[in-house]
Order: sequence, then C-alpha cells, then structure tokens
Amino acid sequence: MNPRGVWAIYRFEMARFGRTFWTSLVVPVITTSLYFIVFGSAIGSRMTEVGGVPYGAFIVPGLILLSMFTESIGNASFGIYMPKWAGTIYEILSAPISPLETVTAYVGAAASKSIIVGCVILATAQIFTATPIAHPLAMAGFLVLMAVTFCLFGFLIGVWAQSFEQLQVIPLLVVYPLTFLGGAFYSIDMLPPFWRTVTLFNPVVYLISGFRWTFFGEGDVSIGASLGALALFLGICLAIVFWMFRTGYRLKS
Amino acid sequence: MTQPDPDTPALAITGLAKTYASGVVALHAVDLVVAKGEIFALLGPNGAGKTTLINAVCGIVTPSGGHAAVFGEDTQRDYRSARRRIGLVPQELHTDAFETVLATVEFSRTLFGKPRDPAFVEKLLRDLTLWDKRDAKIMELSGGMKRRVMIAKALSHEPDLLFLDEPTAGVDVDLRRDMWDMVRGLRERGVTIVLTTHYIEEAEEMADRVGVIAKGRLILVEETATLMKKMGRKTLTLNLSEPLARLPEGLGQWDLALAADGHELVYEFDTQAEATGVPSLLRAMSDLDIGFKDLNTRQSSLEDIFVGLVHDNNVQTAETGS
Ligand SMILES: Nc1ncnc2c1ncn2[C@@H]1O[C@H](COP(=O)(O)OP(=O)(O)O)[C@@H](O)[C@H]1O
Ligand SMILES: [Mg+2]
Repeated sequence: MNPRGVWAIYRFEMARFGRTFWTSLVVPVITTSLYFIVFGSAIGSRMTEVGGVPYGAFIVPGLILLSMFTESIGNASFGIYMPKWAGTIYEILSAPISPLETVTAYVGAAASKSIIVGCVILATAQIFTATPIAHPLAMAGFLVLMAVTFCLFGFLIGVWAQSFEQLQVIPLLVVYPLTFLGGAFYSIDMLPPFWRTVTLFNPVVYLISGFRWTFFGEGDVSIGASLGALALFLGICLAIVFWMFRTGYRLKS
Repeated sequence: MTQPDPDTPALAITGLAKTYASGVVALHAVDLVVAKGEIFALLGPNGAGKTTLINAVCGIVTPSGGHAAVFGEDTQRDYRSARRRIGLVPQELHTDAFETVLATVEFSRTLFGKPRDPAFVEKLLRDLTLWDKRDAKIMELSGGMKRRVMIAKALSHEPDLLFLDEPTAGVDVDLRRDMWDMVRGLRERGVTIVLTTHYIEEAEEMADRVGVIAKGRLILVEETATLMKKMGRKTLTLNLSEPLARLPEGLGQWDLALAADGHELVYEFDTQAEATGVPSLLRAMSDLDIGFKDLNTRQSSLEDIFVGLVHDNNVQTAETGS
C-alpha cells in the first residue's frame, strides 16, 4: 500500500483545480442561472407544475446532474490525458503505486471537485426557487455516487483519447444529448408512449429519476431501478478501468 | 523487506524481450547483471533499444518476455518494493509546466511513498543549484535547468539504483560537469548507476563496465579498460611508389596486409601499446628500399566496432542456427 503516493496525486490534482478555482465555480453558477431564467421563469410561467412539484424546483436535480456530468468528464479526462500528452505519465507508471491506487487518486480528486460544484449549484438553485429535499441523506449519497461514476467515465475517456479533439467530442456527442433527452427538464410521462419506451434505453433517465426521487419522493422510474442503473454504470466503468490498467491500454507500450 | 545480502546484484535481467505493437523487435532476450555500487554504461547507436531496456525495467514498457530483478525484487511481481529503490531520469524532458520546482520534487518524493523531508529536499536542490529557483514555475526554466529538475525528481526518494537515459544529450558544459560530479558523489554513497549514451568518451570517463547494445542485442559486456584497448586501434595505410606482389620477408614481424592490388600496405596497431611499431616499420621499409608516396592513419571508430561486432554476431547466430 502506498497511501502517501495516493495523497500526492490527489493533492496535485486538487492544486490544479485550485489554480482555476474561480472560473470553474463561476461558469456552472452562471450556466445554472441562465437555465433558471430561461426554463424556470420563461417556460415555468406557462407550465406551473410537474407531478405536483413547481416547475422551477422540478428542474433542479436535472440541472445539478447535467453540470456534474460535464464537470466530471472534463476534469477526470483532462487529469489523466495531460500527463499522457506531456509525457509526465512516466513518473506515475514507474512509481510504486498500484493501478487501483492511481485511479482512486485521480478519480477521487475529480469527484471531490464535482461534489463541490454540485453543492454550489444546489445553493444557487435555492436562491431562485425553494427546493425541498425529501431524503437529504439519500440525496448526498446519490450525489457522491454520481460524482464517482461520472469521473470514472471521464477517466476512461482520458485514457482512450489520443487528441484534444477526442477529449472534447464525447461530452458534446454523448453527455448533452443523453441528459437533455433523459428528462432533465421534463418528466418522461409527458412524452408520447413510443418515445417514452425509447427513452427507457437511456441510462441517464434512471439517474435523473433516482436523483429526483431523493428531492421529491418520487421519480419516473422506481428508486430501485435507478440504483440498479447507477450500480451497473459504475460496475462497467470499473471493469473497463481495470482492464485498461491490466493491459496497459494506451498508457504503456 | 529483502535480506541484506551483499551478493544480490542491483540489477539482474534474464531474457528480457520487447516487441512493440508495431511489430518492431526492440529487444531480443537480453541478459545482464549489474553489481551493487557499479557504474554501468549502455552504449549503442540510436534505435539500439537502450531506452526500451530501461523502460521495461522501470514499468513504463510492458516486456514481451523475460524478467528483471532489482536488489532481488522482481520488477513485475514485487513491483512496489522494486520501484521504491529505482530512480529514473528519462531521455526526454517531461515536466509539469505549471508546477514549481519545489512542489514537483516534493510530489515525486511522496509519490514514491517517502515521508516529507524538507531538509533532504533542500540539500538536493542546493546540490543541483536549483534552490534559488525553487519557487519558479518549471515552464520558466531553461532546458538545462529542466533537466536538473528531472534529476532532482529521480533522486527525491533516495533510490539505490539510478537510471540515467542519455543524461548528456544536448546538455551544456556546466551541467555535464555537475552531472559527473553528482554521479561520482552518488557512487561514493553506494548508489548503483546505469546510464546510456552513444558517446564512447562518456562511457570511458564514467563507467566501470560497458555493455554494447545494437539492434536489440547486448553484444558485448566488458570492463571499460578492456573495451578501450579494443577501441584504441589505429590503421596506417601507406600508398606505395611501386606495387608489391607479396609481402617482403624482411617485414614479417609486423602485422601487415596488402591492399589495392599491392599499391597499399596496411598496418593495424594499438595506440595504447608501449611501442606501436610504426617508426621501426618505416625504418625497415627504407632499409629494404620500399618507397611510399603518401600515408594516412585512421582511428577505428565506434561505428567500426559496432559494424564489426554486429557482423561477428550475425555470423555466430547464423552458425549456431538460432
Ligand atoms: N513506443 C514505441 N512503439 C514502437 N516502436 C518503438 C517505440 N519505442 C521505440 N520503438 C522502436 O524500438 C527501437 C528501439 O528504440 P529505443 O529503445 O528508443 O532505442 P535507443 O534508446 O537505443 O535509441 C527503435 O527501432 C524504435 O523505433
Ligand atoms: Mg533512447
């Protein structure tokens, strides 16, 4: 075991975030505020409630998830892509640190930052609309699990990517479509039956629904299905990371 | 923990091989033992496989076959204990541009599992004349200073085996001198050093033993002095006024050969020998009335040695049919 090594990487990553601390907090806050103005106020004035929840509050879980998803992927993928790109990965590869410890350090740091961002957005949201939290502990747990899962996913992308372009393309091609179509701003009950069925293949639906459950006590799908989907997503990411390190995929030649 | 057995080599490599995904065979089953406290130079032209060998030991390249042990610890099975004892200064300058010198060196020390030790790090940075720059961002430093930072990082966890991959490539005179001072200082403290170079002078100056590597094969491992003897040969070529049909008997005591249809007399000699035999040869020729129009001498270069060795090696492998 090399806890000092894990801590060294964790601190290195947190220092990197620290250098851009304000921009990385201000950007999500402004984005969230814009969403509130456009969706919450403009549309919300026409569409007052969804399933008994005021529309402004209804979109809060989806907004947090959207920001955390983009932040996590951005930070975690960049965190491992940079040393690969700059060549400094040699030191990590030659250090007495296990693959599991390396992932823990990188993903732990990125997830810490995502959790901070998530909390800041939740606080911002409270300024616009009082959002009740039905199950605060479950909410916190879900937030942490989502942060870790998204960051693992981001880490995979960082290992896989061979150019800055590839690093950018996944968030644009995958995250936004899946999140927007995953019911971040509406309930899938509002869709025609055919599209509702199609949507059920979107994993993000389960995440948003589960997260929403922790706020309002109900979601589009059962909380059990949401937890199952999250566990599956996490498990798949873990398996791929494990395989990457075992084979040295795009890290070692 | 390893047994403190004084006979355990610092590095023991058996059958270490590497074929890259591209199909390039960079290492053919290399065997090598480096004793504790030794300075060992891996000498070879570009593309010989020096970096691949080091990276395969350090964990940056996954070997296709074979094993390596560092102070008796297998570099794959017991990678933690093996790697704690290894310091690596890679060939390329890879640094974190936005980090400060002090932060990056402290990072390296803790990454390798050592507790913080500000006094040790300060001494290390002072020795490498980096202390005044400790708060500078690495991107503000010159190439030479960056290389010093890489050395400081490699030494930050007090390794017992240090790999220096082409430490003097593109390095100024000051740093070169400091580097050799440092290497000598480390050796006095018992650190084993494996360095790579393609300059024979460098190997001669620093190393106890030299391994010559070419095309992924370690074709020769010798004491530096022995190798220098082989390298120190010169060839004297005399362009004769009149061609000779065969060597005159009066010149039998020299190791001579005729070339260019008897127009040239070629003499190979050892520059480090007590008597090279050149003056006496010229006297004997004048006694025999063999005149010459011109002469030149040529030092056998590293290139010649490589060509010779690789050729011999190919002949040998062809003969043994392996
Ligand atoms: N990552 C790699 N992928 C494919 N081939 C490589 C890689 N690294 C090195 N090689 C090849 O392996 C051979 C040995 O390279 P290297 O170990 O860098 O030699 P040296 O350090 O002696 O110059 C060369 O032919 C080189 O092109
Ligand atoms: Mg090299």
